[in-house]
Amino acid sequence: MEMFIFILAAIASVACCLMVITQKNPVRAVLFLIMAFVAQAILFVQLSAVFVAALQIIVYAGAIMVLFLFIIMLLNLRKDEFGGDRHPFQKFAAVALAALLAFELVIVALRDGSRSPSVSLPENFGSVESIGEILFTKYLLPFEATSILLMAAILGAVVLAKKRLDD
Amino acid sequence: MDWTFLIVKLIQVIAVFAVLLTGCAYMTWLERKLVARIQSRLGPMNAGYQGLLQPVADMIKLLFKEDITPKHVDKFIYGIAPLASFIPATLSIAVVPFGDSITLFGRTYDLVISNLNVGILYVLAITSIGVYSIIMAGYSSNSKYSLLGGLRSSAQMISYEIGMGLAIVVVILLSGSLNLVDIVDKQGSFVGWYVFRNPVAFVVYFICAVAETNRSPFDLPEAESELVAGYHTEYSSMKFGMFFVAEYANMITVGAIATTLFFGGWHGPFLPPIVWFLIKVAAFQVFYIWARGTLPRLRYDQLMSFGWKVLLPIAVINVMVTAFFVL
Repeated sequence: MEMFIFILAAIASVACCLMVITQKNPVRAVLFLIMAFVAQAILFVQLSAVFVAALQIIVYAGAIMVLFLFIIMLLNLRKDEFGGDRHPFQKFAAVALAALLAFELVIVALRDGSRSPSVSLPENFGSVESIGEILFTKYLLPFEATSILLMAAILGAVVLAKKRLDD
Repeated sequence: MDWTFLIVKLIQVIAVFAVLLTGCAYMTWLERKLVARIQSRLGPMNAGYQGLLQPVADMIKLLFKEDITPKHVDKFIYGIAPLASFIPATLSIAVVPFGDSITLFGRTYDLVISNLNVGILYVLAITSIGVYSIIMAGYSSNSKYSLLGGLRSSAQMISYEIGMGLAIVVVILLSGSLNLVDIVDKQGSFVGWYVFRNPVAFVVYFICAVAETNRSPFDLPEAESELVAGYHTEYSSMKFGMFFVAEYANMITVGAIATTLFFGGWHGPFLPPIVWFLIKVAAFQVFYIWARGTLPRLRYDQLMSFGWKVLLPIAVINVMVTAFFVL
C-alpha cells in the first residue's frame, strides 16, 4: 500500500515537473508546479516528516505560488513574448548540467540503492516539538540569520511600495 | 491490514461526507428561509412542507441544465476549476473530531476520520490550496468580470489567511498541541472553552473565516452590481453547482473548526456528544446567514485596509500578550 502511494506520488511529481518545463503557457506551467509541490508533500509524509509536508503545502504551494500566479496573470505574457530572448549557450549549459545531475543520480543509486534504512527513527521524529527544539538550540544562528534576512526583505518591499505612491 | 478497522473507518468517511453534503443542500434551504424571514417574506413554500424539498428540486434543475462552455476559454483549466474548489472544501472536515471515542468489538475508535498530529496545519494547508480554484476559474473564463472577481477574491483570501493563522496560533499556545482531538480534550468544562479564555482570538478568527469563505459582508467577488457574479460568471449547470456546494461546504467546515477550536468541540451536558457538535455547528451557520441578512457589503479598499491595518495588528498583539501569560 505504501509502495503503491509512493510510486503514484513519484510519477505524479516527475510528470508534473516535466510539464512545467514543456508547457508554453506560463499559467499552466505554474499550476503544474503547484501539483508537483503537492506530490512532493505526499513523499514527505511517507518519510514521516509530516510537519515539513504541511509547511511545504502552506508556504510553497499555498503562499508563494499564489504570488507567482498573480504576477504572471497581471503581466499577461503572450506566447510570442514568452521565452523570446534566449541566451545562445542556454541549451548547451542545460544539457551539460542535466547530464552531470543524471551522472550523480546513477552513482548514488548504484551505491545506496539496494541498502534499506536500517536505523529505526526516534519516537518523535519529524514532530513539531523536535523540529522547534533543534531550530532553537543547534541551528539557532542560521535561524536568526534567516529571520533577519526576511525582515530586511519585508522592509525593502515596504520601502519600494511606498516610494511609488509618493510620485 | 486490519479489516474491521478499515470497515469502521470507511463507514465513518461515508457517514461524515453524507452528513456534510446533505448539510450543504439544506444550508441553501435554511439560508433562503432565514433571509426571507429577515426581509418579511416567506421564502420557498411550494416544494414539500415549508419548501423542505426545495434543495432536491434545485439539484435536479442544476443537473439537467445545459452545460455551456464559452468560446476561447482555456478548456482544461476551466474544466478542473470547479473540482479544485469542491475537493478542498470537503477535505478539511477529515480532522475535525465530532464525538468522544467509542468502543466497538473490543477496540476503541476516535470519532474523527483522521487523528492527525498536525491537524491544525492540515486545515491551514487545505485552506490555502482552496484559493487556486478561484484564480483558475477567473483566469480561464476569458471574461473581464471573472478575472477581476478572481483577482479580488484571491487577494482577499491571502490577506485574511494571515489573521486567521495568527488567531489559531493563540489556540495552539493555550492548548500546547496541534492535534484537534487534544485541543477538544483540553476544553472539557464550560469555563475552559477558549472563546472565554481568549475572546479576541475567536473574533479575529471568525471575521477572517467569513472573509476566507467569501461570504457577506465580505462577498466582494460576487458583488453583483460591479462584477456580475465574479469568478463563476461564465459557469453553468453542474460546474456552477460545484462552486455553489463548495461555498456551503466551506461554511460548514469553518463552523466545525470554530466549534473545535473555541467552543469545546463535542463537549456539553445531557445530550450525546454528536448532537452537541451538530448544534454548535448549526448555530454558526445561522450566524453566517444572519450576518448576510443584516450587514451591508464592504467596499473593496475598506476590506483590504480593515484586514491589514486593523485585524492583523490586533491578532499580532493578541499572540504576544497570550504568549506572555502562557510563559
